[in-house]
Parts: sequence; structure tokens; C-alpha cells
Amino acid sequence: MRRTARGIAVLAAATLALSVAACGGEDEAAEEQPKVDPASLNAELTWWDTSDPQNEAPAFKELIAKFNQTYPNVKINYQSVPFGEAQNKFKTAAQAKTGAPDILRAEVAWVPEFASLGYLYALDGSELLADSDDFLATPLASNKYEGKTYGVPQVTDSLALMYNKELLTKAGVSEPPKSWAELKTAAQAVKEKTDAEGVYLNPAGYFMLPFMYGEGGDLVDTEGKKIVINSAQNAAGLKVAKDLIDSGAAAKPSANDSYGTMMTLFKEQKVAMIINGPWEVNNVTSAPDFGGLENLGIAPVPAGSARAGGPVGGHNYVIWSGMPQEKIDAAVAFVKFMSSAESQAFLSEKLGLLPTRTSAYQVDAVKNNAVVAAFQAVNEAAVGRPWIPEAGQFFGPLDQMATEVLIQNKDPQAALDAVAKKYKAEVVPGYGL
Amino acid sequence: MSTVTAEPAPSSAPPGPSARPSRLRRSWEKHWYAWAMVLPVVIVLAVLIFYPLIRGIWISFTNLTEANQAAEICTRSITGGEVCAENPNKWEFVGLDNYVRVLTGEVGEFWQWTGTTLIWTVVCVACHFGLGLGLASMLNRPMRARGLYRVLLVLPWAVPAFVSAFAWKFIFNERFGLANALLSAVGIDPVSWFSDRWTALFTAIVTNVWLGVPFMMVALLGGMQTIPGELYEAAEIDGASAWQRFKNITLPGLRPVSMTVVLLGTIWTFNMFPIIFLVTEGQPAGQSEILVTGAFRAAFEGIRNYSLASTYGVLILSILLVFSVFYRRALRKQGEVW
Repeated sequence: MRRTARGIAVLAAATLALSVAACGGEDEAAEEQPKVDPASLNAELTWWDTSDPQNEAPAFKELIAKFNQTYPNVKINYQSVPFGEAQNKFKTAAQAKTGAPDILRAEVAWVPEFASLGYLYALDGSELLADSDDFLATPLASNKYEGKTYGVPQVTDSLALMYNKELLTKAGVSEPPKSWAELKTAAQAVKEKTDAEGVYLNPAGYFMLPFMYGEGGDLVDTEGKKIVINSAQNAAGLKVAKDLIDSGAAAKPSANDSYGTMMTLFKEQKVAMIINGPWEVNNVTSAPDFGGLENLGIAPVPAGSARAGGPVGGHNYVIWSGMPQEKIDAAVAFVKFMSSAESQAFLSEKLGLLPTRTSAYQVDAVKNNAVVAAFQAVNEAAVGRPWIPEAGQFFGPLDQMATEVLIQNKDPQAALDAVAKKYKAEVVPGYGL
Repeated sequence: MSTVTAEPAPSSAPPGPSARPSRLRRSWEKHWYAWAMVLPVVIVLAVLIFYPLIRGIWISFTNLTEANQAAEICTRSITGGEVCAENPNKWEFVGLDNYVRVLTGEVGEFWQWTGTTLIWTVVCVACHFGLGLGLASMLNRPMRARGLYRVLLVLPWAVPAFVSAFAWKFIFNERFGLANALLSAVGIDPVSWFSDRWTALFTAIVTNVWLGVPFMMVALLGGMQTIPGELYEAAEIDGASAWQRFKNITLPGLRPVSMTVVLLGTIWTFNMFPIIFLVTEGQPAGQSEILVTGAFRAAFEGIRNYSLASTYGVLILSILLVFSVFYRRALRKQGEVW
């Protein structure tokens, strides 16, 4: 990794030198002439994409090729960076002021954090936000930090109930379960009547949120500056999840590699239902043993006693503040192209990703896309997350709690109290308990 | 030196204070080349070791994090222009706060991690040494295809650690792994390896033993070959059994080597990051975390906490320092010279 980092640094330095040499004289010309001829833009941009390199990357590369038809002289260095590493890698490079990509696909929770550290360009006043009314409000909100906007939404997502239609039919379940109680019955029916398991719960913090939201709980109250993770609602939600496992309706999850296990089992038709997001649709439907899109059902997450809702997720395009001024025009053009309604519709059609623009949903290809239609209902019920710089740190203690409760049979309330204490000590010391 | 210092100062020179500088100067004139010779080493040590060490210790007394390190945070606008605002909560000196927070368990699980680290280190080093010694004794005699065995046994060493870590992690996968498949084949229930602290630690120890045995074996084999053959011949003539020869010749003969490799092995295993980090990932719920991996997660997840990381670093260093002081004292008692 160190070697690649150095490679990137060298590359970036070379890029910088080249672009400075190439663009040195163009500044004044651009000032006088607001409308730039696409062919006159001349730059080399590095883009770190954190999407899945096998399932999603090819579609993004196609988009880049399309971009280059209009802007032949803007070279995009496409680099696929694993999602799990990108956050730290970007921070290291941005802090060192060298080797960071010009453009990054940042997860929604990262943007306020990067912005608070001064690593991103504020995009206010640029043409990227000229039609910001077109963006869905919740995904756009994740880009705001202290009144400024630092990113452009790429995709939005939320967790949903994904199910294997064939297995549910075999088990005599005609409709996807609408509440956790129905889910339990359905899962037990699957277990009895087929040789697959009912449901697989990933014992991770993010995947526990539908259970907590279902009872009306939340992580923190950002307005009242209060930690509410150890509320009775959250404990009740966790008890629902725990009961699914204890009663045998849900498969016994493993503590390590549980996400991969969940996906493998679902793709091999060994488990009938999972809770996951649209980013896995392409992965599931292209699995040889699954039976394609016809066999995949998508429904909103089941409801608890209060409501049904998954967490809002998604990704944004952000521009590194260390990128030289000369490249701004090219970077803006690129991000504008990538986040345009047409590009979003293209990605939606290819990968089933959810657009972040209202206008994109009017495009026929999106309107008639079954996956998008299914997830649109899911997204309308999604619950916004706290958009504060510390938001990314909420999930470490939460993951630990999920393992303790679902695998090690710890009491939910006690486990949540420990999380609250950790939030107070390590994540948001300024908040009240 | 003694002749220089013994010479009385000339009567004309003022007495007392000035005698010292002149002595120093004379020493410098005589030995300047020696200072010039050691200077490069001193500079390299200062740059590579002393400066980072002292800086690390200093940072552990502050509350420096990624978010508060800059005096001002500048926000660049895409339309040009840059707004810089003073960082409202700039880092500051906080004394022993970090140590108190870590040692009282307010932040992290220091004592649990220390306990796990000690168990992990002792078990790993014991297995490394025991297995390495056994394999070395087996290979230290003429046999057919000895070269081939040696190459095969050194192989785990040649595989990058993360590759073997992933391989072993998959072997212990609860659903699809080889370990549980074998257990089921002989009629034993599959084990949820990563659901329990001790079984999770067991998987990491197995991986690390597999990785670490070749080094011990090679080092001990080298040591065995320095023991003169005449000793064994004499013992055999005296009627000593194989066990007696091993106990009274091989083991004492190996002591200089084994003491060194055990010390090295202990320090390496104590700080062995990748195996725990990749094989168990600290599961279940952080209970198989050792000090170095726990410190890494505590300090580098989310907004990075440099001061906390340094605090852990200083604590780990102190533990190892205490260990090596006692270890060296034990060695000296036994008459070892290194």
C-alpha cells in the first residue's frame, strides 16, 4: 500500500507539474470568456472511486468515456480505491498536501468530517449547485457543513428487505413481511418448508439501525446536543433482533466476515431474506445461482411498533482543496457531467443505483426500472443520519454492541449504556448523556 | 588523558574556572577526529530515533488530534478565495490526562488488551520455540532429502504475512471454512470460532505459530551446528543416552542463540499487528484485541487521535523496556555476555 501511495504521489506531482505548465496561460482567457469551449479545457484529473471494482466500476468507466467525447482533453485517471480504506487514505494524503485525488467519491458521513478539516473546496456559487433545487433534500443535506456545501450527491440509498421470491413462494408466503413479527413468521415458514434458512442479520451497527428506528429510537439528538443511543426504544429494537436469532427464525450470524457470509448465502439461495441496500442489487442478480432480477424481491424494511425506516446512505462527489486552481474548470465540468440527470439515469439503468435528482426520476429508463421503483418507496421512509463531523465514529462502538447483543447474548440495555458512555468519552464529549 | 589532566596549570593562568575550558579545548584538539567520526552516527540516531521518540512522548502530554492540529482551518471556495478561521479548539498541553484516561479505562480497554497481549505473547513464543527446537533437532542429522525438508519448513516464512493471515482466516470461516468442514466430517459440531474470546484468540495463535516457527527453526539449527561434534562423541563413549545428550550438551550449547531469539521473538510477537488485525479483526466485540491493534483502532478510526496513539505507544514501549531490563539481568546472572 505504501508503494502505491508513493506511486500516486509521484503521479500527482507529475500531473501537477504538467497541468501547471499546460494551463499557465489560460487563466486570463477563461476569465474573459465565461463560456468555455469544451475542447479547450486541458487537464489531468485523478478520481478515486470507491464503488465495487467488479460490479459497478465498468459502468463508471463507460461514463468517463462519454465525458471524454465532449471534453477530449481532460484526462481522467480512474483509480479504484476500496471503500474501507478510502477515508483514511484520503485524510493521510490531504493532510500531507500531496497525493490526494482531485475528485473523490465520498460516503455521505465523510463529507462533514473532511469539510471540518478544511480538506474540501466549498462549492457554493459554482455552476455545480446552480440547480440545487433539483437534488433530493436529504442527500444534499449530507454535503452541508456550517452553512456551506462541499459536495454533490452521486447516489442515495437506504437499507431494504431483499428477498428470494422463489423461496418465499415455496414457503407459502405470498407477500413480503411488513413488520418484524411478520418477518419472524415468514422466516420460520421458510425454514420449515424449504432447505434454506429464513433470514440472515448482519451483526453490525449500521444494520441494526432499522430495528432501532422501528421503535422510534435514534443515535444522538444534534439539536438538543444529547446522546440518546441508550434509550428504551433502542433497547426494545435490539430485543426484536435478538429474538429473531434466539427463536431460530434468523440464522446464527458469525462475528467475523458476517457481511460476506450474508451475501454468499443469499446468492446461493441458502437464505431467503436479508437486509441490505441497492449497491448489492447488481451483485445478487448477476450471481449464477440466484436466478436473476426476476427472483429478487425488494421491499421497505419491516416496521417496528413505531415506524419503518432504514438509515439514509449514499455517496457524494467532493473536490480536494489541495487541487491547483488551474484545474477547477475541468473538475467542475467533470463533476457536473457525472452528477447530471442523464448520467444518473445511465447508472440507474445499468446498476440499479438510485438517482439524487428529481429530474432523473422523470427519465423513462429510470421510471420503468423495477429496482428503482422498489427502492423509491424504501427511500421515502428513510431516516436522516446526524450530519456532524463525528458521525463516522458512531459506528465503531455500535458494531461492537451489535456483536455483543446478537452473538454473545449481552443484555441490550447494558450494551447500549456502554455505547453511550463511549460516545461521551470518545466521540462527542460536548453532548449530554 | 591522565597526563593531560595531571599537568598543573601554568602559574600565569588564572586559577579555578578557566582551567576547565582549557582542558576541554585541549581534549578537543587532541580528539576532534574521534568526534568527527562518531558525528554521522549521532546525527542519524538523532534524526531517526531520538527526535521521533521525544516528539512522541511530548505529543502524549497534549490533546493533539487531526481536528485540532492546525492553528487555523482554511476553507477554499471553488469560485476562488479562501477563508481562514482560527481553530476554536486548538490543541494544548494537558499533562497526564491521556495516561489517566487510558489507565483508568475511560478510553479503550487497556488492561484487557494487556492481558490478552501477555497470553498471546507467552503462548506464541512458547510454541515457536518448542516446535522450532523439535524441528531443528530432527533436521540436524544426516538424512535423505534434508535440503528439501529445510526448504519446505522455511516456506511459511517466505509467504507474505497478510497472505497467510487471509488463508487462515478463511480456513476458520464458520460456514465455509476447512476447519469446520473437517470437524463435521468426523462428527463434531462446527465451532463458531470468532464468537468466543478464547477460540478467536486460538485461531490467531495458530496462524502466528505457523508463521513464526521457521525463524526459530533456522536460528536454532544454526546454533546446533556450532556445537562441536566431539562433545557428543565423548558423551556417547561415556554411555549417555540421547535425552541426556540433548539436555546436557545441546540445550546449554544453544543458550546464547536461544536467549537472543526468545528475546527477539517476544518483542516481535508482542507487537505483531497484522495477524490479530486481519485474522480475528478483534472479534468478538473487540475481545481478542491486543495492545497494538487496540491502540490502532482507538487512535485511527474516525478523526485521528495522535495524542492517544502516542500515549499507547509510550505505554507499550515502557512495558517492553521493563521486560528487556529484567531479561538482560537474568541473562547476566547466568554469565551471558551480550
